[in-house]
Amino acid sequence: MSERCTFSDSHQSLHFKKAKPTSLTADAFRRLRRNKAAMIGAMIIAINILIAIFAPFVAPYDYDAVFFKDINGTPSWVTKIFPGMKPIEQGGYVKIREGFLLGADNLGRDLLSRVIYGARISLTVGIITPFINLTLGLLIGLLSGYRGGWIDNIIMRFVDIMYAFPTYLLIILLMSVFRLGASKLEPGSIGYLFSRLDASAGGLLFIFIGIGLTSWMSEARLARGQVLSVRENEYIVAAIAVGAPNSRIIFRHVLPNIIGPLIIAETLAIPSYIAYEAFLSFIGLGVNPPTPSWGGMIADGVVRIQAYPNHAIFPALALFILMFAFNFLGDGLRDAFDPTLRGRE
Amino acid sequence: MGKFIVRRLLWMALVLFVVSLITFTLMRIIPGGPFTGEKRLPAATLAQLNAKYRLDQPLYIQYLSFLEGVIVPKITTGKQSNYLDHEYLINLRLPFGDRATFRWMNFGPSYNSIGRTVSDIFRDNLPVSMQLGLLAFTLSIFIGVPLGIISALKRNTYIDYLSMAIAVLGISVPVIIMAPILQYFFGVQLKILPVSGWGNPNQMILPVLALGASNSALIARLTRASLLQVLGQDYIRTARAKGLIERLVILRHALRNALIPIVTVLGPTLAYLLCGTFVVETIFGIPGMGKFFVTSVTGRDYQVIMGTVLLLAMFLVLANTLVDILYMFLDPRIRTN
Repeated sequence: MSERCTFSDSHQSLHFKKAKPTSLTADAFRRLRRNKAAMIGAMIIAINILIAIFAPFVAPYDYDAVFFKDINGTPSWVTKIFPGMKPIEQGGYVKIREGFLLGADNLGRDLLSRVIYGARISLTVGIITPFINLTLGLLIGLLSGYRGGWIDNIIMRFVDIMYAFPTYLLIILLMSVFRLGASKLEPGSIGYLFSRLDASAGGLLFIFIGIGLTSWMSEARLARGQVLSVRENEYIVAAIAVGAPNSRIIFRHVLPNIIGPLIIAETLAIPSYIAYEAFLSFIGLGVNPPTPSWGGMIADGVVRIQAYPNHAIFPALALFILMFAFNFLGDGLRDAFDPTLRGRE
Repeated sequence: MGKFIVRRLLWMALVLFVVSLITFTLMRIIPGGPFTGEKRLPAATLAQLNAKYRLDQPLYIQYLSFLEGVIVPKITTGKQSNYLDHEYLINLRLPFGDRATFRWMNFGPSYNSIGRTVSDIFRDNLPVSMQLGLLAFTLSIFIGVPLGIISALKRNTYIDYLSMAIAVLGISVPVIIMAPILQYFFGVQLKILPVSGWGNPNQMILPVLALGASNSALIARLTRASLLQVLGQDYIRTARAKGLIERLVILRHALRNALIPIVTVLGPTLAYLLCGTFVVETIFGIPGMGKFFVTSVTGRDYQVIMGTVLLLAMFLVLANTLVDILYMFLDPRIRTN
């Protein structure tokens, strides 16, 4: 760089000695910290994570401990909020059992413990799925955008077709292939290994793969668009000119410059992944019972909603609070990194 | 325009072909068949059933004959055959010959519902889902778009904060939460609306609300963001500078352009809503298409799987074509290209 430049630089640093230099990211995180809604969201998520990790210590019972005598038992405070639930003593049908804070379900399992353990499933899905999608979308988007030409053309047409594929149907089909197909595999094959892994993860692995295979498209499109916009920049041209290999250009020069919007897009998508898992468990293709999942608990509870509304409404509330928190955090993150979207002119 | 339509039709054919191929492959990978349920049938019976429905033939022949049934139209004369295999979705009486009828789209019989074909399922259950979906769609537009506009125009005021907080609340409540809660409070607790069923207007309120609520929240947020982006554009400043009254600036210049991203999202949403939603229809006991999306897969009802997937894919492609046509009306720049 020329001498004049260094001079003016030192001149400036003399002038603004007090101002601390901040990077764009640090700036964004400062904005994020000042966003109350996002911070409340982050706190709720943190509490949820702690509860999920320490579930065996927080939960009063085991999630699959069955108390035959307390089937559908309900504490008295629950009968007070739901006036339809009249205790037996007052001529109703509800067994009062104070030992269960939210009540016991139709198999005599403690609802509170199941809600607490259920946080593990929703959180794992909410945290791991974005990484899978990010990796898949990035790889395909980078390939498509950086290579260009006929590869780009084929990939993008395929993405277009996948958009016309009904997502929920595809995921139902895929889950059925995974769940039922795995039972027919011979030991030693890759599929068998996957099914063992899945079984040991309580059925979560196939949920990750299922959601990943059905929702990488938007991420790939976004990544491709980003690659196209940075590909023509001077620093890329310079890297090509000095003979940097493609892998170095992609991972050192392109990737760091496009990853920001992709991460934000994934954060914003977390609630939808959580909802996906809940939907899959709702229709019975989610985690393996008796592992509790909020979606599965809602499905079980909905059939008895007239008699025992607490069976469906408490897991529904838990799911709602977590999704609300992730939405707040995602919105805050987006606003922090892209202030133009906040709507100030 | 003619070229556009031809290109679109070709694209649609390609999409439907690929979608049907993927679906066919996936559903045949799933082990078991439509007749291998919990009650085990004798081997001879099973073989006969498979032979009757031609499930014993090679897979590619099964696929090709399915395609033939759906694509190739037929003209029949005389008395209509009673065979389930000969049931077509579209039957047009022609004005000549001996009861000559133009028949098109034979999706085949259902294996699980005895005596019914996929066309029967479309005829009986699809209209219910379409009513529900159309009502929910209308509701979400009528709530979402005005809420978003007000939010954008009064940005960073308490009205904006409140309506956007409601919108975040709305998108955090997926249908599987909204439906049971609405059902409990209005159906069980307050007893002012029926818990389930379909047909009476008052039976429609809760499912439509449950389905429309989270969509309207989504649309409200999108409307706000897109209108704000447009309001920062130069042509809005020009419109204001030439002294146009604010209402016209918003309605004629801003909103029209802001509608483009909204329409993009609304197209597929409409397609999904019209074809039925499993959760709402299950919870409220509505006899729509929704349940077939799940039961057909779990019951290996091959023809119903293919029929429902193709139906939904066709709705999606049609909705996207409609969106592209709407673009041309909304934005003159797209029209000239």
